[in-house]
Amino acid sequence: MPTAVFGAFESGIIYAIMALGVYLSFRVLDFPDLTVDGSFVTGAAVSATMIVSGVNPFIATLVALAAGFIAGCITGVLHTFGKINALLSGILMMIALYSINLRIMGKSNVPLLNTDTAMTSMSDVSNKIGMDSFFNGIFSAIGLGDSLPRTWGILIFMIIVTFAIKFLTDKFLQTEIGLAIRATGDNKRMIRSLSANTNLTVILGLGLSNAMVAFSGSLIAQQGGFADVGMGIGMIIIGLASVIIGEALFGTKTIARTTLAVIGGAIIYRIVVTLALRVDFLEPGDMKLITATIVILALIMPKFIDASKEKKRKARRKAEHMIVSQIPSDRKGEADAGIKADS
Amino acid sequence: MLELKQIHKVFNEGTPDEKIALDRINLTLNAGDFVTVIGSNGAGKSTLMNMISGVMTPDVGTVSIDSQNVTPISEYKRAKLIGRVFQDPMAGTAPSMTIEENLAMAYSRNKSRSLRKGVTKKRKEYFQEVLSTLHLGLENRLSAKVGLLSGGERQALSLLMATFTEPSILLLDEHTAALDPARAELITNLTKEIVEKFNLTTLMVTHNMQQALDLGNRLIMMDKGQIILEVDENQKGHLTIEQLLYEFQRIRGVKMASDRALLS
Repeated sequence: MPTAVFGAFESGIIYAIMALGVYLSFRVLDFPDLTVDGSFVTGAAVSATMIVSGVNPFIATLVALAAGFIAGCITGVLHTFGKINALLSGILMMIALYSINLRIMGKSNVPLLNTDTAMTSMSDVSNKIGMDSFFNGIFSAIGLGDSLPRTWGILIFMIIVTFAIKFLTDKFLQTEIGLAIRATGDNKRMIRSLSANTNLTVILGLGLSNAMVAFSGSLIAQQGGFADVGMGIGMIIIGLASVIIGEALFGTKTIARTTLAVIGGAIIYRIVVTLALRVDFLEPGDMKLITATIVILALIMPKFIDASKEKKRKARRKAEHMIVSQIPSDRKGEADAGIKADS
Repeated sequence: MLELKQIHKVFNEGTPDEKIALDRINLTLNAGDFVTVIGSNGAGKSTLMNMISGVMTPDVGTVSIDSQNVTPISEYKRAKLIGRVFQDPMAGTAPSMTIEENLAMAYSRNKSRSLRKGVTKKRKEYFQEVLSTLHLGLENRLSAKVGLLSGGERQALSLLMATFTEPSILLLDEHTAALDPARAELITNLTKEIVEKFNLTTLMVTHNMQQALDLGNRLIMMDKGQIILEVDENQKGHLTIEQLLYEFQRIRGVKMASDRALLS
């Protein structure tokens, strides 16, 4: 079991980059961008195909990032210059990318087994410098010797990469261009009256968002050892689940806090899914259903909690009223005093 | 300065709803002019504002700002020269962003935006200084989200954001109409103060005749897409609401159909 949780944590931190991308489009730009389902696979397809044909995996990953950026920009152009509805332009791009991804890979699945990827290089490095034996030593010492992961390199490498992207995003959203992008999602008319080209901010924002998504897709392919044309199905919902869970649990006071929350949400989502799949009657094929259920719960639970709080508050008020009205009028003052003393 | 030449705009041309919104309008604002615009609903006041700001383009005619023909220039590019305050207090600010971030965006209006930090320490001091001119205590709440401010505070902030970069033209579109009388007076006084301080060339649309008389050095009255009355600096000083209504009736032959204008 702890090994499974460790695995969930490892992929959670990779998916967190995708979730940060979804945060950028969905929350910052207020643009429900469904391109994500396609661009995630594009990232995986581009890097897997390049790695198989012998390109350095790190370069392949960067090319995947660029491919995602272009895909996002095209969605942005469809929406701004083509004046196509936001949801529809994302769906159109997603459908188009399905065929493009198949073209890139040439088949529906590209295996990366026995190939050097960014992930295998990281575990090699970690092995060589003795990081694995160091951490394994610690964990064995505290009695967790039977739940050791294959390597620590990937996890530590990914934590560094994800947090680097988080800090870059935080910094970027504080720059003049970043402020204009945020204002585009908040009040388009206002930022246009302050001489910002809102078409450009939408395109740039979607480009960056999908660049992160494709980057994440590329890394997931290298971690999982394959790129598959269907691996992006429902990715937008997973991203959204991470954003919503993270925001609900960790708060949204500042940008830095929110991006941290999104990363936390992505990891928690992975752990919840992993644990859910260990329930006997659930099968791996049920994963999308579990995801949908988690998102639905995350969306409606806060409303239920608020409503029940409100109900309790009203009931308390009513009870206080009843006590006061039952007491003869000449003694009312005492009852009031009593209630006040209680509360 | 601002120059409008033969501005003509028709809505829904060729349909039964065809309406001439602006009928060959000519208007020149010299540097430092503060012109108030009055007129009943549908007179074309807002369309006029939209022509100047570039939200709409005229069918015929040219708009020039600082002797430069800006007619073909898009709204966001023109915005470098124009400060705008809208009627809706929610429209001029970004609610989920902080006061300092809103000011930083307004600060970059006439500059090109880059990857520099939006809110620097130096700019913060400057923002505090300009905010203190509003006398609302906002200078102590720089990192508060604008959505938490009241309508009056937000409109004061919008006014400041539209003006502190000293635009060539300031457009005020009924910017006190959605506020209660006390707040409206506060914003009116701030407008007066700020326009005088920066000597801004201003065009203000209002439904409030008293406000139109109190503010500015010139006044124009619009009806059915035309400017039907122009009052210059010398006459405006001793003009009254009664005279304005009389003039309207004399020119148009009917009483001015705006209860709002009469009551306010």
